[in-house]
Amino acid sequence: MSDVAIEAIPAVETPLRRFIADYCANRLALAALVVVLVLALLSLLAPWIAPQNPYDLTQISIFDNMLKPGERSMDGNLFVLGTDEQGRDMLSAMLYGLKMSLFVGAASTAMGLAVGVSLGVTAAYFGGRIDAAIMRLVDLQLSFPAILIALILLAVLGKGVDKVILALTLVQWAYYARTVRGNALVERRREYIEAAQCLALPRSRIIFRHLLPNCMAPLIVIATVQVAHAISLEATLSFLGVGVPITEPSLGLLISNGYKYILSGKYWVSLFPGLLLLFTILTINLVGDHLRDLLNPRLKT
Amino acid sequence: MFAFVLRRIGQSAFVVLAMAALVFLSVYAIGNPIDILLAPDADQRERDEAIARLGLDKPVWVQFLTFLGNLAHGDLGKSFVFGSDAVSLILGRLPATLELAIVALVLATFIGIPLGMLAGLRSNTWVGRTVMTGSIIGFSLPNFWFGIMMILLFAVELQWLPSGGRGPTGKLFGLEFSLLNPAGWPNLVMPALTLAVYKVSLVTRLAYAGTREALLQEYVRFARAKGLSQTRIVGVHVLKNILIPIVTVLGLELGSMIAFAVVTETVFAWPGMGKLLIDSIARLDRPVIVAYLMIVVGLFTFINLLVDILYSTLDPRVRLADAGS
Repeated sequence: MSDVAIEAIPAVETPLRRFIADYCANRLALAALVVVLVLALLSLLAPWIAPQNPYDLTQISIFDNMLKPGERSMDGNLFVLGTDEQGRDMLSAMLYGLKMSLFVGAASTAMGLAVGVSLGVTAAYFGGRIDAAIMRLVDLQLSFPAILIALILLAVLGKGVDKVILALTLVQWAYYARTVRGNALVERRREYIEAAQCLALPRSRIIFRHLLPNCMAPLIVIATVQVAHAISLEATLSFLGVGVPITEPSLGLLISNGYKYILSGKYWVSLFPGLLLLFTILTINLVGDHLRDLLNPRLKT
Repeated sequence: MFAFVLRRIGQSAFVVLAMAALVFLSVYAIGNPIDILLAPDADQRERDEAIARLGLDKPVWVQFLTFLGNLAHGDLGKSFVFGSDAVSLILGRLPATLELAIVALVLATFIGIPLGMLAGLRSNTWVGRTVMTGSIIGFSLPNFWFGIMMILLFAVELQWLPSGGRGPTGKLFGLEFSLLNPAGWPNLVMPALTLAVYKVSLVTRLAYAGTREALLQEYVRFARAKGLSQTRIVGVHVLKNILIPIVTVLGLELGSMIAFAVVTETVFAWPGMGKLLIDSIARLDRPVIVAYLMIVVGLFTFINLLVDILYSTLDPRVRLADAGS
């Protein structure tokens, strides 16, 4: 693969092109990336490709409840993955649920990144008291497990998509802050920062245009793995009854609904959403794992 | 050294105090427990009586000061629901959770280390690759879903194991433990395995990395040169050297397992403190929530303090860096 790229465009082998070629060299990681993109696309297109809108009460019928996978409704609609206790098509509910899970994971990671990176860079650039104060807070937060912090926050905040995102943001920021600070401390002693300072560039420009881009590599790896972690944590919190509300179910809440029917052997209500959740988390983790191998300078020879 | 320990204890006390304020204020913000405790047809007189009895009519800061004073005596109030002392209620559930966490930890060690070493010894064959891909699956498995699927397979379809609850227990020093009564073992299998999955992956990865590193060391080459058998080299020389980081990490993970037991206990209706917490959140049983959080905060702060002091004894640089900042 990399050979082809180099032959076709021999003169311009940019770092980005080389990185893409390196990434594609691993078949499993490439397949995982494709699956992640397909899943994201499917979830975005859910309103158009789902057989029914599972939250439009005019489209579902209580008479179709708890149908087994592959059974047909009274008026002949096929339910490939069966229906839940209210007669919703599981496949449609899963597509909508995937959308919610991915949205919560991506949004909380993006917000956690913004908060963590700002605080981490601030700590590294200014040092002294500010650094000590921020890093104490990071230490304090990281000494408690994420699930516990999220549980406390949500017990207090109550249910809601916005509240789950807020809780997951507060759980994540400390990882980014610590990583960025560590990298920035090394980078700020480099000559290019000194040069920028000699040019009397404004501080914010030095931080955001010069310092930060050079701290990105480890952040990308951690953020990828954290998206998977956030999705998993959101599902867990929804299962415990402190996550997203029943009106906007994520994959975790769908599994939780099926939990009630497990003892009567009605497996499909929690099996299929769980498989999709596992598949989503797994592929994101595989992408993250390979990115870590690629971006880790210690493994480069 | 003495100054260092003293400073760390001071910091820990500050953390506990800050968390106490945070926990109290935030829990105070959740709904009104009276609405849940009283029958819907209760009249105003019954309502006022209940509020006065529970001390909910006083201002927040008075409630907080009372709470701090009582905290010093180890008294965190009475459960609104059970009517008994919140701390003893939680401590009564502690053995069940601890037992679950420790069994899971032991399982993780005995499954993870052999798997990781096997993968490390055959890192370039399909065995190694399968184990390492498997460990990523273990990291990715949503824990509660894995538990539900185990119930589906082993309790509903095959009917080999009970689907939940703790089963018969044996007594030791007045505390109940499932391990002491063989009739209670089947109940322990699925919850412990579910709790262990994530840690199995963690231990496997640590053992894998450790083994690969150890195989390149001089002492392994020397042992080979001495003509020792492969079993002895791997079982004694490699194993001993990879154990140090694994034991350190597992010690630190015990705390997180106690926290994560919340999920496993909910899936399997295991009567530990995590289940109690979730039930109390659902019922807005404030004193129990506060008591659980304070006990866990205390536990974690204590573990962290212990680790810090231990590390500073082993590595003086930690102590000096702390004094310098």
